[in-house]
Amino acid sequence: MAGAAARRAPHSGSATRFEANVATRDRPYAKYTLLAIGLTYFALFLVLPLVAVFAEAFRKGWEAYIAALVEPDALAAIRLTLLAAAIAVPLNLVFGVAAAWAIAKFDFPGKHVLVTFIDLPFSVSPVVAGFVYVLIFGAQGWIGPWLSEHDIKIIFAVPGIVLATIFVTFPFVARELIALMQAQGRDEEEAAVTLGASGWQMFWRVTLPNIKWALLYGVILCNARAMGEFGAVSVVSGHIRGETNTMPLHVEILYNEYQFAAAFAVASLLALLALVTLAIKIGIEWRTGLVTEEKAS
Amino acid sequence: MAYARAERVLPGFGLSLGFTLAYLSLIVLIPLSAVFIKSAGMGWQAFFDAATSPRVLASYRLSFGASLLAAAINVVFGLILAWSLVRYTFPGRKLVDALIDLPFALPTAVAGIALTAIYARNGWVGQLLEPMGIRVAFTPLGILVALTFIGLPFIVRTVQPIIEDLDAEFEEAAASLGANRLQTFRRVVFPALLPALLTGFALAFARAVGEYGSVIFIAGNIPFVSEITPLMIITKLEQYDYEGATAVASVMLIVSFALLLVINGLQAWTARRTGRTV
Repeated sequence: MAGAAARRAPHSGSATRFEANVATRDRPYAKYTLLAIGLTYFALFLVLPLVAVFAEAFRKGWEAYIAALVEPDALAAIRLTLLAAAIAVPLNLVFGVAAAWAIAKFDFPGKHVLVTFIDLPFSVSPVVAGFVYVLIFGAQGWIGPWLSEHDIKIIFAVPGIVLATIFVTFPFVARELIALMQAQGRDEEEAAVTLGASGWQMFWRVTLPNIKWALLYGVILCNARAMGEFGAVSVVSGHIRGETNTMPLHVEILYNEYQFAAAFAVASLLALLALVTLAIKIGIEWRTGLVTEEKAS
Repeated sequence: MAYARAERVLPGFGLSLGFTLAYLSLIVLIPLSAVFIKSAGMGWQAFFDAATSPRVLASYRLSFGASLLAAAINVVFGLILAWSLVRYTFPGRKLVDALIDLPFALPTAVAGIALTAIYARNGWVGQLLEPMGIRVAFTPLGILVALTFIGLPFIVRTVQPIIEDLDAEFEEAAASLGANRLQTFRRVVFPALLPALLTGFALAFARAVGEYGSVIFIAGNIPFVSEITPLMIITKLEQYDYEGATAVASVMLIVSFALLLVINGLQAWTARRTGRTV
């Protein structure tokens, strides 16, 4: 998955290549059986849940749908979700660029360990991710007593939500950029510096244009996860309505109160975000695929 | 470090590495180490008792069992889907290809309530299964469904590029030597895909073990029956049992580290076999 934007060219036409070759062509009955199994599975497990979100959201009609979205607690949840993403994504973007620069352009001992550590948040359960911040900042935690003396709230408050969001979205930008920048090497930047460019000139004129699509790719995936994170945020939030509820947590509260239509209305916004994310992702893959083909020809 | 310095033309090494290490330590490493430091302070007996209480053990069995099963199901269907996407032309192929990543993009809570609505007794699929006596929502079967949903893209996206890169020559050679398609698949294609399939399996399994949002709505969360391990941490936290939560969290962290090492090993193996990173 690492560096997907950098590597995955659109494979239109490859299927016809395999089907035109007798040696790689499957018998029609095999083809249609496999297609039927695969597509049924796809419809049952991927399409059906997506359709269900929108069907349930509009079950009580447009007016109920809109009402569920403009009610004050929902608006507060949307605002908090946007805020958490607005802090977490830029921070992880800066980190991603810095980490990729150090790792892709320089040799130093311990590089592989560093790359493994950067991927670590992807393998940690979101619940554990939230829990570690409770251990540090919670009332019973390492610096919990000091924080409460100074009247600073992190757990069951917005800072905790932001921290948990940063943790779970930590590797997205970095891993896209590391893969791409390692593949690109350092020749172009070295040429720029040798010709007298300053560090910033080199970065803005050479590095950034080379990595912009992978950067955008990492950012939209990072953003989707930041806005949709549930487990980690759930542990540190405290679920205070109108104050520490993000959109996914608001969905949970509504759902547990049996306000299904309202829960699915808010959920449909998140599903829409997922669809837009996938559309942009495909757009970038298509675009970068074209770019590599142009360069190759 | 001297050798690196000698050949270094590009600026910003100290700044970028320094920032990377500081940020990584503050956000990830120090917070994660808190779990182990807290565990170490508990004493071995207390830790062991908390990490292996009967209710927690039941949750391990469920979490690991369901995750293994879900990953195995996805290996079969993920391979079929990846094969179909690469090898066959059919209407809507690009749309299917795009939507495979849906479980990565769709917030887990949304997936959770959607799956629950579908598989509840009056849901679209639930009402078809009800007469057969099959209950999915609020049973361990529901957990399996949720973990299967989130695991699918891991298999497809790991195997798909490898299938794309398969050299037609091998299949041509097999065909010219008289092998039929099934033999060719079993003896030539499948061995080439095996490292990627195992990597995808491990990735899906690792994700499933820690999964919370999509499972929690459909699980029913009945003690000893349908409580997953991440839920045990939350339950203990809600009871102010910080030591118990810490013990379970360290077990999960150790499992995560072990899986990360396994996955790194599998990825290295795949790269050696295919010349491709996944």
